[in-house]
Amino acid sequence: MNIFVFIKRVPDTESRIRIRDDGRAVAEDGLNFILSPYDEYAVEEALRLKEAKGGTVTAVALGPETALVVLRKSLAMGADEAVLIKDEAAESYDGLRTATILAAYLKAKAGSFDLLLFGKQAVGSDNAQVPSMVAGLLGLPQVNVVTKLEIGDGAGTALREIEGSREKVVFSLPAVVSAQKGLNEPRYETLRGIMAAKKKAIPVLTPAELGLSAEDTASRVEVVRIEIPPARKAGTLVTEPAAEAARRIVAFLRNDAKVI
Amino acid sequence: MILVFLETREGKVKKSSLEALSEGARRAGEMGAPLTAVVVGPFDPAQASGVRALGAATLYHLDSPALERYSSEGFVQALAGLVAEAQPRAVWMSATAMGRDLAPRLAARLKAGLASDCTKIALAGGRLEYTRPIFAGKALMTVALKGEPSLATLRPNVFALGDAKASSGEVVKKAADVDAGAIKAWVEEIQKEQDAALDVTEAEIVVSGGRGLKGAEAFDLLRELAALLLRSAVGASRSAVDAGWIGHAHQIGQTGKTVSPNLYLAFGISGAIQHLAGMLGSKVIVAVNKDPEAPILKVADLGVVGDLFEVLPPLKDEIKKALAE
Ligand SMILES: Cc1cc2nc3c(=O)[nH]c(=O)nc-3n(C[C@H](O)[C@H](O)[C@H](O)COP(=O)(O)OP(=O)(O)OC[C@H]3O[C@@H](n4cnc5c(N)ncnc54)[C@H](O)[C@@H]3O)c2cc1C
Ligand SMILES: Nc1ncnc2c1ncn2[C@@H]1O[C@H](COP(=O)(O)O)[C@@H](O)[C@H]1O
Repeated sequence: MNIFVFIKRVPDTESRIRIRDDGRAVAEDGLNFILSPYDEYAVEEALRLKEAKGGTVTAVALGPETALVVLRKSLAMGADEAVLIKDEAAESYDGLRTATILAAYLKAKAGSFDLLLFGKQAVGSDNAQVPSMVAGLLGLPQVNVVTKLEIGDGAGTALREIEGSREKVVFSLPAVVSAQKGLNEPRYETLRGIMAAKKKAIPVLTPAELGLSAEDTASRVEVVRIEIPPARKAGTLVTEPAAEAARRIVAFLRNDAKVI
Repeated sequence: MILVFLETREGKVKKSSLEALSEGARRAGEMGAPLTAVVVGPFDPAQASGVRALGAATLYHLDSPALERYSSEGFVQALAGLVAEAQPRAVWMSATAMGRDLAPRLAARLKAGLASDCTKIALAGGRLEYTRPIFAGKALMTVALKGEPSLATLRPNVFALGDAKASSGEVVKKAADVDAGAIKAWVEEIQKEQDAALDVTEAEIVVSGGRGLKGAEAFDLLRELAALLLRSAVGASRSAVDAGWIGHAHQIGQTGKTVSPNLYLAFGISGAIQHLAGMLGSKVIVAVNKDPEAPILKVADLGVVGDLFEVLPPLKDEIKKALAE
């Protein structure tokens, strides 16, 4: 099994988000960056498949040099190879731009592969676009928001979460799969893994080296503005005993919220 | 022209699709452009009048044996064909599981920009501007998309349903040219979750529980409460999900689902930043927590400082009484 897993460096979910003075970008200074949580499930799934079936796992990140941190983390978890596609452009929020570069990488450098794993969405952009776009650009089947994955001979089965139920999807390989929470429990890095990851060389490529022009990597998304939504204000606080509190809730639902 | 894709389940159009269509009618009206709707695959023709009454001048029904069941590959082929022919300025759909699977693949096919999970759309200086939450709602980003058509998915429960009007719109049934052999992922079976009549993202009322529930049993109390209320569903904090008290399909928050119901009822949830991220878009928040300092009480429209196990039984009785009146 030749598996590629695509990972992104994103601000920690604890982060307080501030907007830059021009009102068009999120201020990055002071933010703590992590491997996007859903991508961690994708890395874990790749490692489990490799352990069961053999093969190699390559982690790929598109982003600035600082994205090396998440590549090192995936190596420390057990990935065999890591590749950085260096891109110092600011966050574009354009999934198709990212997908175009990742698809060009796969065409130019990956040779043959069986499975492309992604997170179901990158925390922050919250786009949930890149996996389906890479699948579309390469003409591969896609299964998104997956909570269970089984890979057989040239084909796979996955459970995908939809409203109130799960779809059981059968697909042929190679395929694109995006991970949802519940797929697995990601492992911790071992000390040995961390030491080995530090020594491992991580090749760095650029979009130009993948044959992409400036036009190919132009963003279709023009950010008009980014705002912090007005904070919600605390409303009424009830401290009466339970029976009275229950009456107050119902009166509120009826007269103020008008939901019953 | 604005083209709105209507999602159907068992031939019926989803409510969230009608919300997207209603927003299409409002913006198309401002643009002086026609509104067009499209359904793909099985469709109950009795549904057409409701769609036309919301303002669709044309309703396309694309049909082919390969479209009996949903597949992103089949639906993209059908829709790309229609887009090439109709040349819409914008293509919208609801940000449901299907919409989020389909829209990006369609965008890749059309080489178009896509704004995911929008909560507001406006016409500014003659172009469409899409507003969408980023960082799970900690910030709101407004974007314009270069080139046409621009694609967007619209978050369910956010856009108001339009008023039904008399309509002279037409229904155009077309045989879609779909190569079934090119479809490499198929839904083999749909497994209903025993627990979820309605998904939290679609519910108008979400009754949520956290670690304060102390166990799986207490979620039955929340299910009983939800059962009294129309279009409601049970949600949970990540702590409750990680403890195995309820399935992760119910998790609300930054690594769960984002909801914007009319009412969010929170029991025994502290209100960590990652949880708030998923529910601050609720129209009304009511929280019960025994700790007066709990952050959730700082964002609740009505906060009750008390023990949820003491509040729940009389609350159920009072709601029953109110509903009986
Ligand atoms: C990367 C990351 C992603 C995360 N994503 C999410 C997410 O998507 N969703 C999410 O919810 N969390 C998420 N979290 C976890 C989050 O930080 C909190 O740990 C979690 O939300 C806490 O859940 P809780 O409120 O149920 O539990 P607690 O914080 O333990 O709160 C329990 C509350 O119950 C109250 N209580 C106890 N007993 C009673 C009683 N008898 N009556 C009334 N009140 C009572 C207590 O006063 C307390 O306020 C994430 C964390 C990380 C690091
Ligand atoms: N810059 C990137 N580098 C590598 N993978 C990415 C990048 N951006 C997105 N992805 C992958 O695509 C998934 C969905 O991202 P998004 O469409 O931005 O929500 C992520 O979870 C990653 O697996």
